Amino acid sequence: MHIEIDEISKQFGTTAALHPVSLAIPSGALVALLGPSGSGKTTLLRILGGLEFPSSGRVLFDGRDATGLSVQERRAGFVFQSYALFRHMTVFDNIAYGLNARPRATRPTKAEIARRVTKLLDLIQLPEIGARYPSQLSGGQRQRVALARALAIEPRMLLLDEPFGALDAKVRKELRQGLRDIHDTTGLTTVFVTHDQDEAMELADLVVVMSMGRIEQIGKPQDIRARPATPFVRDFIGA
Amino acid sequence: MSDAAQIRFRAATEESPAARWTLIALAFAGLAILVFAPLIAVFVEALAEGVTASLKSLASPDARDAIRLTLTIAAISVPLNAVFGIAAAWFITKFDFRGKAFLITLIDLPFSVSPVVAGLCIVLMFGANSALGGWLVAQGYPIVFAMPGIILATMFVTFPFVARELIPVMIEQGRAEEEAALTLGASGWRVFWTVTLPNIRWALLYGVLLCNARAMGEFGAVSVVSGKIRGQTATMPTTIEMQYQEYLSVAAFSLAAVLALLALVTLLLKTALEIRHADQLAAAHRH
Repeated sequence: MHIEIDEISKQFGTTAALHPVSLAIPSGALVALLGPSGSGKTTLLRILGGLEFPSSGRVLFDGRDATGLSVQERRAGFVFQSYALFRHMTVFDNIAYGLNARPRATRPTKAEIARRVTKLLDLIQLPEIGARYPSQLSGGQRQRVALARALAIEPRMLLLDEPFGALDAKVRKELRQGLRDIHDTTGLTTVFVTHDQDEAMELADLVVVMSMGRIEQIGKPQDIRARPATPFVRDFIGA
Repeated sequence: MSDAAQIRFRAATEESPAARWTLIALAFAGLAILVFAPLIAVFVEALAEGVTASLKSLASPDARDAIRLTLTIAAISVPLNAVFGIAAAWFITKFDFRGKAFLITLIDLPFSVSPVVAGLCIVLMFGANSALGGWLVAQGYPIVFAMPGIILATMFVTFPFVARELIPVMIEQGRAEEEAALTLGASGWRVFWTVTLPNIRWALLYGVLLCNARAMGEFGAVSVVSGKIRGQTATMPTTIEMQYQEYLSVAAFSLAAVLALLALVTLLLKTALEIRHADQLAAAHRH
């Protein structure tokens, strides 16, 4: 799905989290929102997911105005920074949650839900953990379960908030490849937030560098590295 | 092992044996005098004329009416306060708004206001001499010196228990799981039943138990608003007081023993909860 952000701004009280920003994300792209904390990258991601509403501006999905769409109507697969797995449910029930939440008319049968959950567990290469609880999983496993849960609703896009933030360096590297693979197999438009420039440069097709609620530069990783547009970008990516 | 070695390896926060034993002895003495002795005295006095006399006094119409009224009051006010407590905690922890700190203080108000003052406020508001109270009496719905007044007084006094247990737990858990459920397509109502409520269930039960214990034992506010009409508005605590003042010692202490037993059952349930779900309740008690 093609996403267009048109002059979006966001105020929290008197402070501006986002000055009007515009950004076009081509269908099927893997995009990184890169910036230090307080740069507005998470706010922008949450606006895309429908968890925050912009103070002004529009969001367009495939050319259609989606600004007023509720979080449920957006059908965005969202992976939270601390994963936000439902701690009182098994991994199976976590992944099945979105399917069970559908209205009766469109809800798959029990057998169909089980089939899909099994398939997703295979996709994240953890076929054996359906009966476990989130507290019994490692950080890397939790992240992959959160990804499977987001994919279960057949989302129109995938939004990830610091998906590798809470992991150690080795697991981080593995899961980066995992996310790349899942993106390539599903073909979903994917946006992830990170403060780690290596992660952004290595993983993304398109990098959006942000600072203080503004977009500093949009470009392919090699272009940003070769031609940083502002002193901030040059400093931040250490080029 | 030599003494020198023992001293060297003692933890920085550890006290000398003499200090430790003195403190433990003091704690036990305090507990014995303030808690165990009175509790035993209640049961001893209740059984002073034998089990039969005690049971007979409990079978009297006054005692039976009082027990029935107290259980009814608890059965009505505790669920209502549980609902209000959940609503207040939900509102305070899941939304940002001006005056939040003020609202939290307001929830604590019943803890700092004397129950007698609370009772008087209800009498002033709903008594037959007030405009509202007079109108309600004319319609045939008296509040003061009747069941609604007792429920109002009980609810006022026990209001903070559920909300206070839930607020810290819900702050600690944050909003992320609810937000995740919303992005997965769940409605707000479904999120509440499938995510919020299961996450707070033990803290909720704990708050309800505390609320219940206080609701059954409340004396001050209830004695002001109830009028203590025997067989009609006399609850267990007020009946105990009346019987005691009429020198019906066995009757008073027998009823007191029942009330104490109800409290002990609550305490046992609470302890069982604490042992089984210590991790979830700990959040509430760190604050």
